[in-house]
Amino acid sequence: MLSGNLLWVMLGTMLLGTAAGITGTFSFLQKQSLVGDAAAHAALPGIAIAFLLTGQKDLPILIVGAAITSALSVYCIQWIVAFSKIKADAAIGLVLTVFFGIGVVFLTVVNHSPLGNQSGLNDFIFGKAATMTKVDLAWLFISATIIIIVSLLFYKEWKLLIFDPVYARGIGLPVEALKAILTVLIVLTIVTGIQSVGVILMSALLIIPAVSARLWTIKLSSMLILSAAIGGISGMLGTFISSMRTGLSTGPIIVLVASSIFFISYLISPAGRLNKYLRKIQFRKQGEVG
Amino acid sequence: MYALTVENLSVAYDKKIVLENANVTVPTGRLVAIIGPNGAGKSTFLKAILNQLPNKVGKIEILGKLFDPKSLVVGYVPQRNAVDWDFPTNALDIVLMGRYGHTGLFKRPSKQDKQLAMEALESVGMQEFAERSIGQLSGGQQQRVFLARALAQNATIYFLDEPFAGVDAATEKTIIDILKSLKAQGKSIFVVHHDLQTVKEYFDYTILLNKTILASGVTEDVFTPQQLQKTYGGKLFMMQETLGANNIC
Repeated sequence: MLSGNLLWVMLGTMLLGTAAGITGTFSFLQKQSLVGDAAAHAALPGIAIAFLLTGQKDLPILIVGAAITSALSVYCIQWIVAFSKIKADAAIGLVLTVFFGIGVVFLTVVNHSPLGNQSGLNDFIFGKAATMTKVDLAWLFISATIIIIVSLLFYKEWKLLIFDPVYARGIGLPVEALKAILTVLIVLTIVTGIQSVGVILMSALLIIPAVSARLWTIKLSSMLILSAAIGGISGMLGTFISSMRTGLSTGPIIVLVASSIFFISYLISPAGRLNKYLRKIQFRKQGEVG
Repeated sequence: MYALTVENLSVAYDKKIVLENANVTVPTGRLVAIIGPNGAGKSTFLKAILNQLPNKVGKIEILGKLFDPKSLVVGYVPQRNAVDWDFPTNALDIVLMGRYGHTGLFKRPSKQDKQLAMEALESVGMQEFAERSIGQLSGGQQQRVFLARALAQNATIYFLDEPFAGVDAATEKTIIDILKSLKAQGKSIFVVHHDLQTVKEYFDYTILLNKTILASGVTEDVFTPQQLQKTYGGKLFMMQETLGANNIC
């Protein structure tokens, strides 16, 4: 049952989940979670256009296309917020739907083209880890490792940047460059995950591990470790479960595993419902005795 | 040498001009109040000095030089509500950020950095709260942590944006005592301040600001009913009625 290939794919999605858990924590604290969502959806037109232009389903080409439209969507959101009265939530909604709409149009064009039927581009919507080749996996390993290493390198600077950018600039930190690197890394995380998790659900892997970890800890360092672990477990377990039935997409199962971990955290973590309830009862009891 | 020299400073947000043609020189070793009504551009003035605003014209010098953030001569204490206190970290970690400029890119804070951060926390009376999550601190405690961070940076000039807003009397006393001891060490401190009643007691130098710098100098010379009238306009009449002008000036 556990074939060698499956083990490698599981290891790959575990690394992906770990990387997404780390960059997702930074983007969550920066209140940019939904920007990640838009950037993930915006990868679709890039994939379809890259395929139409080259006629090949080479992962590197598709990923370059995805990265370009994905980064463009982030830039559009920042531009709209900076130069109009439109607030971030509306700007994100606008950009996400426009880019995804364009993506679906191009995908339809691809599907009706002669090459379309075998292209398998539809798998990028919900992710299909089983379709990964050795080259795809190698790419995923390298990319996820880069994301993890760079994030750890910038840990201290990003912490200050996110908490207090004005102070960061005041002591000479290159604030704009640090922000840009973080954005690049988030886009890299997204394009790394589109094959196994898919463009629609990729943002869940950025958001759910981070918010689950936040419930357990009040320190950034432990939040990062926990979020990375939750992301890694979700990726690995999700891939394993989805491999048990043919035709099952990987992305939705990974998200279901991650959200189960969130639900458990929501119930039993120190900041969770159960502990709040127990504290309330204890408080009332003390009141009765005193 | 002047702690601060500002020549013909103007700042605009979009189309709205917030500061116009502001000029001031302040000698070193002073505890300076920056006062003016709401919306007068006090925070903007600080941010312009700290090189945070792209849309400005004019010349600003700190200790006779153009401000270079990397020199770490300026310690900035922002308004407390400028940050999100839900950020997952503890008080000591925030103070440690004051050492980041000294630590350098990519390097982790050293033992000495941690020692200095702890000492800064002690000097604001917060050593017991070092490990406390910042979200669980009271407003006054958060303000002290911010001051401790600037102290840990070991700057020469300090800029504080409304450090006394919404803090209790004990915290206000702690903060002003620290500022006075910094002044005694020859450092220069600039404070955006709102409570006119304490200006004379706390500050030996005053800058009056409303869209531009209306007056600056030794507090006794500048903090006069006429000047305040000029700065606050009609609003001061109400204060004169309730407090009596003699009480403040």
